[in-house]
Amino acid sequence: MLALKQLHDQESKNDKKRRLHSSCAGHFIKSHNSNLEQLKTIGRELAMGSQGGFGQSKEFLDLVKSIGEARSKSEEDRIVLREIETLKRRINEPDIPKRKMKEYIIRLVYIEMLGHDASFGYIHAVKMTHDDSVLLKRTGYLAVTLFLNEDHDLIILIVNTIQKDLRSDNYLVVCAALNACCKLINEETIPAVLQQVVELLGHQKEAVRKKAVMALHSFHHKSPSSVNHLISNFRKKLADNDPGVMGATLFPLYDLITIDVNPHKDLVASFVNILKQVAERRLPKTYDYHQTPAPFIQIKLLKILALLGSGDKKSSEQMYTVIGDIMRKSDTASNIGNAILYECICCISSIQPSPKLLETAADAIANFLKSDSHNLKYMGIDALGRLIRISPDIAEQHQLAVIDCLEDPDDTLKRKTFELLYKMTKSSNVEVIVDRMIDYMISINDNHYKTETASRCVELAEQFAPSNHWFIQTMNKVFQHAGDLVNPKVAHNLMRLIAEGFGEDDDTADSQLRLSAVESYLKIVDEPKLPSAFLQVICWVLGEYGTADGKYSASYISGKLCDVAEAHSTDDIVKGYAVTALMKVYCFERAAGRKTSLLPECQSLLEELSASHSSDLQQRAYEFRAILDLDTNAIENIMPLDASCEDIEIDKNLSFLDDYVQKSIEQGAEPYIPESERSGTLNISKIRNHNSYEHSTHSLRFEAYEVPKPVVPTNIPTTVTYPTDLVPVTVSEPSYQPSVQPTWPLVPVSDAGSGSVSGSSELKLRLDGVQKKWGKPTYSSGASSSASNFESNRTMVNGAPQPDTVISKPHAPRQSHVEVSEEKQKLAASLFGGTTSRSERKQSGGATGHSKVSRITNPGEDKVRPATVTAVVQPPPPDLLDLGEPVADTSGYSSTVDPFKQLEGLLDLSQDVNAASASASAAATTGATASNDPDLLSLYSGIDTVGNQNLTSMNGSVNPTKRTTSLTKGPNLKDALDKDALVRQMGVNPTSQNPNLFSDLLG
Amino acid sequence: MIHFILLISRQGKVRLTKWYSPYSQKERSKVIRELSGMILTRGPKLCNFVEWRGLKVVYKRYASLYFCMCINQEDNELEVLEIIHHFVEILDRYFGSVCELDLIFKFQKAYYMLDEILIAGELQESSKKTVARLVSAQDSLVDAAKEEANSLSNIIAQATK
Repeated sequence: MLALKQLHDQESKNDKKRRLHSSCAGHFIKSHNSNLEQLKTIGRELAMGSQGGFGQSKEFLDLVKSIGEARSKSEEDRIVLREIETLKRRINEPDIPKRKMKEYIIRLVYIEMLGHDASFGYIHAVKMTHDDSVLLKRTGYLAVTLFLNEDHDLIILIVNTIQKDLRSDNYLVVCAALNACCKLINEETIPAVLQQVVELLGHQKEAVRKKAVMALHSFHHKSPSSVNHLISNFRKKLADNDPGVMGATLFPLYDLITIDVNPHKDLVASFVNILKQVAERRLPKTYDYHQTPAPFIQIKLLKILALLGSGDKKSSEQMYTVIGDIMRKSDTASNIGNAILYECICCISSIQPSPKLLETAADAIANFLKSDSHNLKYMGIDALGRLIRISPDIAEQHQLAVIDCLEDPDDTLKRKTFELLYKMTKSSNVEVIVDRMIDYMISINDNHYKTETASRCVELAEQFAPSNHWFIQTMNKVFQHAGDLVNPKVAHNLMRLIAEGFGEDDDTADSQLRLSAVESYLKIVDEPKLPSAFLQVICWVLGEYGTADGKYSASYISGKLCDVAEAHSTDDIVKGYAVTALMKVYCFERAAGRKTSLLPECQSLLEELSASHSSDLQQRAYEFRAILDLDTNAIENIMPLDASCEDIEIDKNLSFLDDYVQKSIEQGAEPYIPESERSGTLNISKIRNHNSYEHSTHSLRFEAYEVPKPVVPTNIPTTVTYPTDLVPVTVSEPSYQPSVQPTWPLVPVSDAGSGSVSGSSELKLRLDGVQKKWGKPTYSSGASSSASNFESNRTMVNGAPQPDTVISKPHAPRQSHVEVSEEKQKLAASLFGGTTSRSERKQSGGATGHSKVSRITNPGEDKVRPATVTAVVQPPPPDLLDLGEPVADTSGYSSTVDPFKQLEGLLDLSQDVNAASASASAAATTGATASNDPDLLSLYSGIDTVGNQNLTSMNGSVNPTKRTTSLTKGPNLKDALDKDALVRQMGVNPTSQNPNLFSDLLG
Repeated sequence: MIHFILLISRQGKVRLTKWYSPYSQKERSKVIRELSGMILTRGPKLCNFVEWRGLKVVYKRYASLYFCMCINQEDNELEVLEIIHHFVEILDRYFGSVCELDLIFKFQKAYYMLDEILIAGELQESSKKTVARLVSAQDSLVDAAKEEANSLSNIIAQATK
């Protein structure tokens, strides 16, 4: 039958497949010669069934085609909606043949892929996973992994099937189930399959072992505690015969090492050894990628080494040689070679620094930055940012490259460069960098990145600000443009700074600072669309200091504040701030003995707020009104001038209630017994519960309800029985720890009330918890030049005159080359603090770089190094690699040649022949060069050689060279024609919309 | 870790999506809209990376098809670029000079292949040969199953005649 299908099959487009099918066919015909007639009819049916050769019904192909030809999104949507209607109707019909159902499921996948909801059919996909036929099961699994997230309700219906399939004899079924495990099993269902997955680590098929390892890796992501006890299993798998399994094992090991490095330090030697062997091409040729030996494994190993060597001199020293070797060997012309180089740089910057490696890394970065490729520049900037933490001077030699990147039209590159600048900010260049960042922040729309930039600006300004004045100006800009995006804490910090000033006894400077803040805010306040957080700051500062200097009259400030409240009538918080500020202004005036009356708009605002829906606003309004009736003395006590920084003493003993308590006791009330005493005298847990229950029956309960505990998966302790022989010494049982929740979240009401009267401790202004970041030592250097002459301070960076134009017009169009480089040079000077002249920099860039790199390391280490290097070269062969199955096992493996491998050999002859010859030669060389190193990895190549020799001997008649030429990649004319003919047959018109539909993706 | 993979044509049509991190259907559509807007408009000489919502998207264009993978901030972009290429090479090997049309009509095959290359958002197999072997093993299984089913039904049909 298959033979006849082949006759009608238009699908086979290339020689490879045709060979496979015809060989099978020959076999088939021999055994079923008698039924030839019968076969013919079936063949015809089959050919009709699989229209177009894509194995799907005409209907589905038409759907795909019509969507392909849809001219707009809305047309596409219409088509899909119609399809959904059809499927909804059809899929619920009784007795649908399974093959038909399979196609419906694929159609659902297609609909879902196009972004429409196919949830009506999920249950059918789930049902399909239960099917006995592997084919349908596989489709079912594919669909559910695409449809469902791990928290979907239907998952519970699949877990059972997965459990069953993990036990299947057919390794393909097991693979499908493991694939599903990775996507569908969630924290709660891990225990249901964990045991089985762990057992599969010992499966005879390497594909299963590999997927089992990856499934455990995904379990770790969902619940780290679930696989912690499996560390010994992973260690064993590291020595697996199959390099694929070994490579996969690196993922869970990486996870575990990320959590805690220390228990894994002994693996350093093994990892180094594996990395060395990989770099020496001891893995099978098939793991080569564009002539680079197993680059993906190398990269993962380097990532692991970076973790292990971080802050650990002894471990790091073991790695130096191998990292140096890899960097020397890596091919800088290919992308993958650069990927490895980049990973090496990351590793070098993470481990204990080695001067020699740092030098190599700096050279590699220089090459990246010099490259024309934007990708490499990007990586170079990123790598520079990593290395700069260790050797801050390295950026200097690349300053022009960095500035080029900063002005590049490519947004990605620009952002990366800002990240670098952020990392290299010092007190000397903070002004230029922050100004640039703010300019950039204003120019972008992406909220996520805007927030990030804003918080970075704030952080830098807080850390490195040369003057308070500059800080306030910068904050104003940040708030104005991204106020709603920054952390509210920042607003409080700003208010705190203005209130506290320098923290010294320099009153004039303080008042100047406040005055300048007030002035700047009065200028800004009328602008529309100010963010709420910024308005709060403005209102608070105006209320507190608006009239302090006497420059502005109370009515002027009050008028402004009323305007704010009016203009932002929907923002209750801002209104609250405004009213309190008005109150303060009024009080200060009264306290100063001036006659004041409320402005009419202020009166009406009070009227309005007294009837406000917000109880907070009402409270404030009534408090204000109460104050209006008080005499000057009382007002002075309630609202002392400039007292926001004074601590309010809180009487925690509530001593002012003593009288009241005394009176109550005299009247027969029970005295209060502290909770600690109560629990000390009685076995209370029961009694107290009982009591509270009693109480609740006839009086109100005042305590908060208990926080509902999350449902504990009860099956964890019962169903899981970890294999004890595999468990390492420390088993961390996943146990539920109830989080400590305060059951008394209420704050004593009386306290809050008394606090709100004295405006300085408003609910939103509690500064006591705010960390004091301000006032770093960097400031003191700038203090000499006093904040008062701010402008001059700004233009004089590092004592070098720096024109303002650089800052204000960063994106000035380039006019002539000379001019640009001049400007750039200035920018460079301000960024990097370099005093070197341009010519000097250009000529001696590399040389000075080298000397700098070596200079930063301490001289003592230089002397130590040569000795340690020689010691490291020959580490004792790690016993870990010997843990695997005995070598003898592999002979059994090679004798039972995988039948699929044979099939594949037919398909893929050229590759195998190449691989066989190559790996044979590789085996020969490894045999020759292998000395006292554990030679386990060379086993891989051994296996391969045997397998491939088998294959080549089977197909001895075929001329390998001829085949190679016919199968080489590239625009194959015959293929293209075949495909074109096929598609025309199906009625897809290639020229309609997208002529590229047929172009070879790799061509 | 790879959070998701998108294959988008130059016209913004979705050819393949695979989500390794949980995204609701609504979020998925939003992500696709956002990213296709960002990526399809990028110039040819710019770098193949886009920073997006605190993550990074690495993309590469093959003929008229964009392969996009979304990764974590600390991942190696160049490596991911090569993972994309690895995937394309495997597709190419399987389909024989793969073109967009192959992926349009046989997307489920591409999914099966992807499941052999990536799992749980990580590269599980870097040997093209091993992937090819597993995929062809599955294919031959499919053929065998078809054959069996057909011969069975046929025998039944014959018997009932």
